[in-house]
Amino acid sequence: MDDAITLKSENFRNEARTGVIDCDVHNAVPSIQALFPYLEDRWRDYVVEHGIKSLEPNYYPRGTPLSARPGSELPNGHPPGSNLDVLRQQALDPWNVQYAILNCLYGVQMIHNEDWAAAMARAVNDWQNAEWLEKEPRLRASIVVASQNPEQAAEEIHRLGEHPGFVQVLLMVHSEMPYGKKHYWPIYEAAQQYGLPIGIHAGGVTGYPTMPVGWPSYYLEDYVSQSQAFQSQIVSLVSEGVFKKFPQLRVVLIESGFTWLPSLMWRFDKNWKGLRREVPWVNRLPSEIIKEHIRLTIQPLDESPKPEHLLETIEQIRSEDMLLFSTDYPHWHFDKNEEALPAKLPPRLEKKILSENARSVYRF
Amino acid sequence: MQKYVVATADEIPPGQRKIIKIAGKSIGIFNINGEFFAIRNRCPHGGAPLCEGVLSGFVQSPVPGEYTYTRKGEIIRCPWHQWEFDVKTGQSWVDPVKTRVRSYEAKIEQGCSLVNPAEIELEKGPFAAETFSVSLDKDYVVLEI
Repeated sequence: MDDAITLKSENFRNEARTGVIDCDVHNAVPSIQALFPYLEDRWRDYVVEHGIKSLEPNYYPRGTPLSARPGSELPNGHPPGSNLDVLRQQALDPWNVQYAILNCLYGVQMIHNEDWAAAMARAVNDWQNAEWLEKEPRLRASIVVASQNPEQAAEEIHRLGEHPGFVQVLLMVHSEMPYGKKHYWPIYEAAQQYGLPIGIHAGGVTGYPTMPVGWPSYYLEDYVSQSQAFQSQIVSLVSEGVFKKFPQLRVVLIESGFTWLPSLMWRFDKNWKGLRREVPWVNRLPSEIIKEHIRLTIQPLDESPKPEHLLETIEQIRSEDMLLFSTDYPHWHFDKNEEALPAKLPPRLEKKILSENARSVYRF
Repeated sequence: MQKYVVATADEIPPGQRKIIKIAGKSIGIFNINGEFFAIRNRCPHGGAPLCEGVLSGFVQSPVPGEYTYTRKGEIIRCPWHQWEFDVKTGQSWVDPVKTRVRSYEAKIEQGCSLVNPAEIELEKGPFAAETFSVSLDKDYVVLEI
């Protein structure tokens, strides 16, 4: 273990990395009032008259050790990730990033009123553009959509699809129904039209239990179990034929972990051989479809105490093209900046993870 | 190559099959629309009695939600893992290159053509206790192994 850390530090110092792409950085809405300039009058008054204080989700509750890395807490009480200068210092500069992709987790997906939800998504996106993209050329953003109504979500993608600052469409992994369902296809059709991958991020509040067996008692259970939801979404997207229907579409799993992927591929392939008649549009091994269409960010990293185990996992995935560098700023998964990247990566693979893989997915 | 008389033609109507044991092998004979095909009754994947599986068609899809259903009665699914095999060629769908079951030539011959030539050796038929008796005026399924 000590050995590995030494190696990482040496690499970090000695190699001048360029063109790094951080595929998961979180910008937070400082307060609901910050969105008012971008919100239609009808909905602005609605928010005020209904006493809505915030749509900040509790995916990372304040006070839990994962939620905010040291220094990201702001003195004015605004949430970590809500200040551009701090984000520059903590997320953009240390890695000398060329691009960082903002994934704003403001909880528009939880609103049951579809029209209000769509209005909030528009406001969040216009706020992202004005307050982040226009002020910092290294930033790109995901289009926040209210997936409750996929037709309206597609309209939002059409509204922003040509905007060079937006490079992805963001969905939450906990959905109202599996993402492969045709219900969601308007979103994929629009995303494919503009060359935007679908980013599926941990979290989401739908009223359904966050574990497939029922509601957990503890945050620990909720957090650890997120990967199960990602696995379900992969199985659904492939089985329902989303990638047959939208062959250019790519899906990036964000904060999903990836060490579970080889066993899912094995299980999926094995059972597809006997059950493929149910899903005849899946006309090749599911693992092949996954390798072509799915990408995964690396933080939080489910790291074995032995770094070489991680390389074995990547070997078992049988692809070096799937992993994308991310810091998941401001969430706290590592102490030193260099620890964002797995130890002992061969240089060629490290380069792919740091930038090349992202470049082949996103339209920079 | 040895020829074996394994059934009377009318014993296996279209859509039906007969599993016989001959020359130490278990073999399934299938009548597909009047044509006869034979494959070994042993799945190359796990050794299951393949010919006991469900005989069905082949479903494909150009796009999710659209189905083409063809070759009805020509695809057999292994009873163990449900892998699909083409009865006509022995080829599996999931792994056509490496996984195929041995197929044999099965054809209809008239009794009179079987009895006369001296080189055709009549083996014991599927009814183990008795010699398969061939009538001159009937049709028989003949297997070449």
